[in-house]
Amino acid sequence: MRIFDPHIHMTSRTTDDYEAMAAAGVRAIVEPAFWLGQPRTNPGSFADYFDSLIGWEPYRASQFGIRHHATIALNPKEANDPRCRPVLDLLPRYLAKDGVVAVGEIGYDSMTPEEDEAFAAQLALAVEYELPALVHTPHRDKARGTERTLAVVAESGIEPGRVVVDHLNEVTVGLVRDSGCWMGFSIYPDTKMSPPRMVEILKEHGLERMLVNSAADWGRSDPLLTLRTGEAMLAAGFSPDDVDRVLWRNPVEFYGQSGRLDLSDIGEVEATFEGSSIKRGGS
Amino acid sequence: MEPDDLRVALAALSTAPEQEWLREALARVAREPDDIGGLFATAARRCGRAALPSAPGWTVDEAARALLLAALPADQVATAADTLYRYGDAAEKRAVLKALPLLPIGAGAVPLLHDAIRTNDTRLVAAALGTYARHLDQPMWRQAVLKCVFMGVPLNVVHDLDTRADGELATMLAGLVEERRAAGRDVAADALALLDRLAAAEGKKA
Repeated sequence: MRIFDPHIHMTSRTTDDYEAMAAAGVRAIVEPAFWLGQPRTNPGSFADYFDSLIGWEPYRASQFGIRHHATIALNPKEANDPRCRPVLDLLPRYLAKDGVVAVGEIGYDSMTPEEDEAFAAQLALAVEYELPALVHTPHRDKARGTERTLAVVAESGIEPGRVVVDHLNEVTVGLVRDSGCWMGFSIYPDTKMSPPRMVEILKEHGLERMLVNSAADWGRSDPLLTLRTGEAMLAAGFSPDDVDRVLWRNPVEFYGQSGRLDLSDIGEVEATFEGSSIKRGGS
Repeated sequence: MEPDDLRVALAALSTAPEQEWLREALARVAREPDDIGGLFATAARRCGRAALPSAPGWTVDEAARALLLAALPADQVATAADTLYRYGDAAEKRAVLKALPLLPIGAGAVPLLHDAIRTNDTRLVAAALGTYARHLDQPMWRQAVLKCVFMGVPLNVVHDLDTRADGELATMLAGLVEERRAAGRDVAADALALLDRLAAAEGKKA
């Protein structure tokens, strides 16, 4: 099983996770810029974080033959802090980078006017930089948040086929399917979505425009739940080709719209520097 | 390696649209130096990333980026190199490091080498030890060579290794070898060979 995890926060994960992911068949990932738990209070903190998403993390991933890409944005939660608003001015520099395959995560957390403004401005950046957009839906008031999200997406003029609306569930999936946007599902140990529930959604709504991710981060989460979902699909009678479509070809198709997805020589660990300090764990 | 060598190497490998993009980008950078940021970032997508057979150790994107830097008005190169490195992704940073010896900047970019040597990205550490490393002082250069051995970077990336290696580096290397052996671990053959050469040279002197 080859796996492309289209949404995972590797910054918060250990190198052991990379090793386990590679062993499980994960060959490519997208790491969206998001909240780090501890609120940031100035744009410099974001610049260092963004630099790590296009520098250190791709390097760490490459040690295990995993191709790392990023999405860059000011996340909805921190868009509410006026001290972080100047981050919007930093974005153009990062949206030009090779490893950046979308604008994201953008969208709503608490649906404030500040979030409205940052969301619209960043959808405009996605259009300007010819990038897809990764849109987070709120954890609270999710159904109305998703409706409002889709209205803002429609108003922005970005093609729905270049937008993924993420963290969906049984209640919100239909709305997004009807909009023409891609549907993202974050498989979590307890909350958001589980492998068996995901299988039911795929049975009901089909495989088209479906993205399954682990969204593993600093919370209680598991980077191998993409694999578990693939296994659950097989157990439920889906074919290996169906699994490959959901876990590999769909994310390749979605993020491939950036023109920047680099999946050449996938799976080859950089032989020249094999045995670097990371793999060996240092001295 | 000179900018002209890179130009020739690129011409042999690039398609017509790639050459056209680079030609226009170089002209624009000479005219509008402030536009280099966006062009530098997109150079790999526009020109490719293949290895350049006639410029060993260089890739197409690195050569294109080096030429972009070299096309800037001379008085703006140092500042631009600093900014492009600071805000570059890992490939851009590596391209800046490799371009340094080709640029009219004297020893001004040594802080970039220090930054690269502090990282744990072996590709950046290796790129900091090319010909421009002649501007590194000896203590920093020794630390960088030792770090290569520690991280498993092959020592053939180090410019002027045998000319610059000295007794103090031999002492440091011998210490690392002793630690590794005490832990039942190996040391790269190229490091042991260097240590042997240094010991032989010391023996001749004595």
